[in-house]
Amino acid sequence: MADAPKLVNITVNGKKTTAPAGTLLIEACKQIGIEVPSFCYYPGLSLQGACRMCLVEIEKMPKLQTACTTPVAEGMVVNTESEKVVQSRKAMLEIVLANHPLDCPVCDAGGECELQDMTYTYGAAESKFIDIKSHRDEQQWSPVVFFDRPRCILCYRCVRVCGEGMDVWALGVQNRGQGSVIAPNKQDHLECEECGMCIDICPVGALTSGSYRYKTRPWEMNHVGTVCTHCGDGCLTTVGVRRSDTGMEIVRCDNRDKSGINGDFLCVKGRYAFDFAANQERITQPLIKRDGKFVPATWTQAIELVADKFKQVVQKDGPQAIGVIGSNRTTNEENYLLQKFARLVLGTNNIDHHRTADFPAFAKAISENKARTASMRDVFEAPAVLLIGNDPTEQHPLLAWQIRNNVRLHRSKFYIVNSQAIKLRRQATQFVQIPTGAEARFVDFLSGNDAAAGTLTQAGASNENLSQLRDALKGEQNLVVIFGSELRGADISALVKFAAPQNAKFICLGDYANSRGAADMGLFPDLLPGYATFAGAARYQQEWGADVPALVGMDLKQMFGAARDGKLKALYVVGSNPVSRYALDPFVLQAPFVVVQDMFMTETAIAADVILPAAFAYEKSGTFTSTCGDLQMLRKAGDVVSVKSDFEIVVRIAEKMGYDVRKLVPFGKGLRADMGQSRGAQSGEADRHSVWLQARGLEPKVSPFDPLATLDEIQRLIPGYDVSQINLVSGNDEHTQLVQIQNASIPSHPELVVPSNDTLFTSGTLGRYSTVLNSVMERRATGKEVAAD
Amino acid sequence: MNFSDQLEARFADMLGHYPTKRSVLVPFLLYTQDELGYLTDEAIEEIAQRLDLTALEVRNVISYYSMLRTRPAGKYNVQVCTNICCLLRGGEEILEHARKKLGVAVNKGISEDGVFSVEEVECIGACSWAPAMQVNYDFHENLTEAKVDEILESYRKKAQQ
Repeated sequence: MADAPKLVNITVNGKKTTAPAGTLLIEACKQIGIEVPSFCYYPGLSLQGACRMCLVEIEKMPKLQTACTTPVAEGMVVNTESEKVVQSRKAMLEIVLANHPLDCPVCDAGGECELQDMTYTYGAAESKFIDIKSHRDEQQWSPVVFFDRPRCILCYRCVRVCGEGMDVWALGVQNRGQGSVIAPNKQDHLECEECGMCIDICPVGALTSGSYRYKTRPWEMNHVGTVCTHCGDGCLTTVGVRRSDTGMEIVRCDNRDKSGINGDFLCVKGRYAFDFAANQERITQPLIKRDGKFVPATWTQAIELVADKFKQVVQKDGPQAIGVIGSNRTTNEENYLLQKFARLVLGTNNIDHHRTADFPAFAKAISENKARTASMRDVFEAPAVLLIGNDPTEQHPLLAWQIRNNVRLHRSKFYIVNSQAIKLRRQATQFVQIPTGAEARFVDFLSGNDAAAGTLTQAGASNENLSQLRDALKGEQNLVVIFGSELRGADISALVKFAAPQNAKFICLGDYANSRGAADMGLFPDLLPGYATFAGAARYQQEWGADVPALVGMDLKQMFGAARDGKLKALYVVGSNPVSRYALDPFVLQAPFVVVQDMFMTETAIAADVILPAAFAYEKSGTFTSTCGDLQMLRKAGDVVSVKSDFEIVVRIAEKMGYDVRKLVPFGKGLRADMGQSRGAQSGEADRHSVWLQARGLEPKVSPFDPLATLDEIQRLIPGYDVSQINLVSGNDEHTQLVQIQNASIPSHPELVVPSNDTLFTSGTLGRYSTVLNSVMERRATGKEVAAD
Repeated sequence: MNFSDQLEARFADMLGHYPTKRSVLVPFLLYTQDELGYLTDEAIEEIAQRLDLTALEVRNVISYYSMLRTRPAGKYNVQVCTNICCLLRGGEEILEHARKKLGVAVNKGISEDGVFSVEEVECIGACSWAPAMQVNYDFHENLTEAKVDEILESYRKKAQQ
């Protein structure tokens, strides 16, 4: 660690204070609660000094100085509120407003506009300019980005965040002086990653989004912070919701409160791909197949039918005749509940999910080598990062953002080994391109097998490059090692073994929002929650007060095999589309009784006998574990009448099957309970928890649909999950560790790992039903302008 | 795309004159414009690629300088100054006269024979001899309408040779 910088003494508005040398005056003022206004200054981006709003008076300097570009100096005496300063601010605002249209009543930014706030605070309501304002019509630059030139105040924030932050460089400034204008890279349109950072960072309403513009006003929405439902990076997103005929409509997502690991970062999916929730094709009623056709049914009918059939199969054909497939997008509590439901209520270990990374092998490697996992925060702080496989720009946008900004702001070292020339190579200290599928051989080479090098060389990499990289890596302490699903099984152990002695931390990349959670919660036929083998079932049996079935269950492919052979009589699929993901034959699902819980008519749902319409992440509470192991809490934001959370559906089926719900959900046990914290905008009259509670006269107690009771149990059973619940409820991330309960050998099935291969603009089933993502892709394919709304 | 041998040689030489590659941008744009008449989309892409810049960055720079253009000009680009000194001594009238005489709009279009275009420019540093104009790189000073006619005629003849 470098020595902490020297403290210097400064005086601001008569207040004496100290700040580390090098601190910008504007930041030093903020530290002692003095606000210096500014438009162009943005922490984390390069300095611009363009807006002149932060001019302050510094003693012994003849002219006013910009506080955003002036570092503090010993003995500096500053006045931020002198008459001269106040006058200059007012004048600057007048100039900014000279050409600014006064269309606040219809502007998207109205109510959350920095220019409005400044005008209110510093007063420049009177305009002395009588010239005609120069008007330009609004332009559409992409399905997502609209530009309203007259509103622009030329702070250059969008230009900088697009270039420095995103490394896209799609925005620039053309012309000069008064005529300056923000310009897109393709002259009249944008070709970019459509992340929308430029829109959210715009202090005024010059850049607006295709999905939100002219829809509502900020004060008409409720805002609920929750976890993004798309990739596994665990960005927080603030969901703006509004009452509608069918519940609570989601109007926008952003992260302007800079909460979470991602700060203000979100990708196109996190920001705009929430629209599938209101897709016309969403299933909002339980459907029962009669004579080959789906007929709408009531929840009572559907749940009764499912419970009866499950009971019948268990009694007649035995529990081994039922299979359960869980989801990568349901909460930890739902996944945990589902495996408990399979094991205790149905009595089978036939439970699996779509695996996108070999997490069991990772857990094994970590515990064998006493290594640790890295959180997404570590990626921004680490002195060096090694990335093997994957393309984070496409598949893990926040990870790519963290790496880029670590390199840019902390000058960290960054090593890439990939079979493709991925975009992140532009930040790399060293980039080594290896043949496709050679990632495992590279790990072999790292472990000391020099013969492997011969098979890795191609145009991009020489023997010398490889040796250089290995030597460099051996010299990196506190390295963060990140790898994609290209590495599985024993290769992961070898990699961990190579880097662990240097105090390295690791990240194993899985694809969906809660892929890691699904694995951690034990959606496996041969593993219990926390990657415990059946040899360690005693702990679970004690907690659950029931026996775990002894027989190892069938994995997903075996279940389909058993269905084909007529041995599987019922299949319960929760939020998953195995038919498409594993390219399985849907025809085999004709014989068994198939129940699918989903939002849309997927390839698997078509083959179902009963479809139960499910809520998705933004419509429920619970927790997600990011691919790094960062645990965060979801809050209910949107609501669609007549769909239910997977949690509630599972509990209801169990109840109808005659199972004691108290054994399944330990509500009322322990001291911690959800008193409404997780329910966001839904607390109160529309709150299903309270409706249930009221109906049973149990208000002061907790409900069986309360995921926090299950979280309690998870925390008791999985040592790595014993983190502060208060922190989770407060909206913070808590890093979980892969702590092994016992050192038994964990079975790993690399052949079952099927990466989703999603890009920046796809997101499994959800992406298929997102109008924004589809219009962005259509536009990229055809080059034609497509409106997102 | 390929530039002329002469321009290629110049580019190779210029690279050594500056501490960073991108510093070559403005002079090279100017030389390219001299060769091509204006900065074509193709030339912009090529220059961006050679200097490790985006085409957008190159366009930003072009738009900043009024001497750089992305639309064709006539063989002789008549640039009339209308800044304060020239204005006081009839610069506006000279501009209007040249425009009418050549039958083209100011700042856009080329005369029918392709020889002339007319541009209104800021100060060209010839205030002592106002009103002044610049045709390509040649200065013409102490202008009167008659003198402008004479000058334009000489260029027309030159073009026909």
